[in-house]
Amino acid sequence: MNHLPLIIKREYLTKVKNKSFIIMTFLSPLIMIALIAVVAYLSQLNNDKQRTISILDETGYLSDIFQNTENTTYTKLNGLDLDDAIALVKEKEDYGLLHIAKVDALDAVSNNVKFYSEESPSLSIMSGLERKIEKRLQEIKLQKDGVTLTQIEASKTNVDIAQESFEGEKSSKIDNVVKLAFGGIAGYLLFMFIIIYGNMIMRSVIEEKTSRIIEVIISSVKPIQLMMGKIIGTSLAGVTQFAIWVILGGVLMMVVSSIFGIDLSQASTPQQELMNQAMEAEGAQAMAENLITAISNLPLANLVVAFMFFFIGGYLLYSSLYAAIGAAVDNETDTQQFMLPILMPLILAVYVGVFTVIEDPHGTVSTVFSFIPFTSPVVMLMRIPFGVPLWQQGLSLVLLIGTFILAVWFAAKIYRVGILMYGKKPTYKELFKWLKY
Amino acid sequence: MNDLLVANSVSKNFGDFKALNKVSIAVPKGSIFGLLGPNGAGKTTLIRIVNQITMPDEGTVLLDGKTLKPEHIRDIGYLPEERGLYKSMKVGEQCLYLAQLKGLSKSEAKTRLKYWFDKLEIGDWWNKKIQELSKGQAQKIQFVVTVLHQPKLLIFDEPFSGFDPINANLIKDEILQLRDEGATVIFSTHRMESVEELCDHIALIHKSNKILDGKLNDIKRQYKTNTFEVALESPNKERVLSEIQNTFEVLPATFKNLNNDIKLNVKIGENTSPNDLLSFLTSKAEVHHFVEVIPSANDIFIQTVKNN
Repeated sequence: MNHLPLIIKREYLTKVKNKSFIIMTFLSPLIMIALIAVVAYLSQLNNDKQRTISILDETGYLSDIFQNTENTTYTKLNGLDLDDAIALVKEKEDYGLLHIAKVDALDAVSNNVKFYSEESPSLSIMSGLERKIEKRLQEIKLQKDGVTLTQIEASKTNVDIAQESFEGEKSSKIDNVVKLAFGGIAGYLLFMFIIIYGNMIMRSVIEEKTSRIIEVIISSVKPIQLMMGKIIGTSLAGVTQFAIWVILGGVLMMVVSSIFGIDLSQASTPQQELMNQAMEAEGAQAMAENLITAISNLPLANLVVAFMFFFIGGYLLYSSLYAAIGAAVDNETDTQQFMLPILMPLILAVYVGVFTVIEDPHGTVSTVFSFIPFTSPVVMLMRIPFGVPLWQQGLSLVLLIGTFILAVWFAAKIYRVGILMYGKKPTYKELFKWLKY
Repeated sequence: MNDLLVANSVSKNFGDFKALNKVSIAVPKGSIFGLLGPNGAGKTTLIRIVNQITMPDEGTVLLDGKTLKPEHIRDIGYLPEERGLYKSMKVGEQCLYLAQLKGLSKSEAKTRLKYWFDKLEIGDWWNKKIQELSKGQAQKIQFVVTVLHQPKLLIFDEPFSGFDPINANLIKDEILQLRDEGATVIFSTHRMESVEELCDHIALIHKSNKILDGKLNDIKRQYKTNTFEVALESPNKERVLSEIQNTFEVLPATFKNLNNDIKLNVKIGENTSPNDLLSFLTSKAEVHHFVEVIPSANDIFIQTVKNN
């Protein structure tokens, strides 16, 4: 008798009908969007802040480089000595005072610039000021050597290396950003999915043990059927929740940004900064085109298929282990000691993915970790956008499936014995013994 | 084929621990079979093997003459000692689910559930969650789920624990009725008075070995000591007493009675019949009480376990 569909149905419905599940499903995107909106709003507020910086330029040839901007006003102080200037700035409650001391040698000017302020000044303002002064001093020095300003202007060059593969496929820097984004999202999604829903499976196994229904169920179905039903049912509930999150999140994002006029992308992330740099280099028009080519350059079919296989394989591998842990213990507090060995490879995978794949997607470390079954789903998903030979993907998948089958066998053994064991928390040694029962 | 369930020298080890050592039992069709034994004797392991929850290391189990197969699950109804239900699931949904796991169709399960819910007058629980019910109420649901698919073999492990006397009686009557309708019942308990009341056959398992089995009455016959409870009234108490003591083996009385002068347990030899004793007694004094001491299941249990 095959009860699998029945079990899947029950697991799915119980999860989906659960109140806290429903609340989480609808509340999480709200909270996320609210958080992003608040951060965006605050950073906007920060940018909008008006500040006045007083300049006391005793050399006389630097003051005209400070042009007022939207948020920053520069006040030039003339003929005051430093102490008076500081007192004045204090009184006016200015943001700070930039003091350029009088020195004869041009080379020494750069070492005699000081900024006085109440609080320590923001890093971006400091580097902005530094850039301005550096540029002017450089110009002055060049002019002294007889180079005209036009010549300096004309000497500025902008190099944009056009990338092309041996097969003649054109690509650009934006390509890498897109690849990183795709790989990163896929890998991270899997990581989150495993942690959230793996835990859910574990809890539901523990619940069956603590409510003592397990023996009743086990007298009707095979433990492995129950375990697989649980894993699949919970995963389907997870997919449902994820889908709602994505849709709801998207809609809310649009609503919020249109109502409040807050540009949510202002909450900048490192990835966006990379994007911005690429944008600066190429200009918006070219970038839009490049973005489209970049996406169409991705091995999309490969990506989708690989995503399915590695996602499902990786998820099933880990969730069967979660189910085994649930079966081995009596309550959630006892799970700690068994969780660590599961979380370690998972976290390692994400670290390898984030640090080495970005650096060198086809390097030894990335390649090796994309073959090891416990890290391969995450790492391989991150590597695939950069183009991984099919034989590597295939081999990795075969290893993953092999390990998955082994893990299910192992988990089913533990599960079969564990669900009927009550009382003390088992040790690893005892778990090993259970394998032989 | 008169035995519904036969276990042939079934053994089971857990690591170094031998949970069952070549245990054989035969459960006759239509009987209530008491599976007895001290805690940790191996009863639950045997029951789990019958339910195919664990597999035996050695030996075979036959149901209705055929080796146990997964299909037999629907012929067995099992109420484990460690039992419970999904707490946050509604009673109706849960019963339907469990019934379908036993192979009933949804509509069939609904009809039968309605019958049982009406019979036990629990129809208004259908939409309640288990956590809203008391322990005894949940037990009733559990009982219904166990018998719903009309299995040939019913296995009850401590079925009365958690029930008040009224409900325990109700469940007992239901078990008897199921037996009368043709079901065979294996009944595991530590409560000897219910063994006395219900069981036709018993098997006693102790330290992984079966140490006793058979018809309860046969076993009692084996264990009886030809002892009689005697209460007499006589004006010459001392003389009567010494005359009896001279002829028979006299033991201290183990029963209670209303003010009789002489209360004794008298043991007679193999060759003496109860009539001989009775006529001897009537000739000496007035007999108020004369009953053969029949060993209770409790006595047999304690005696057998202690001797092993």
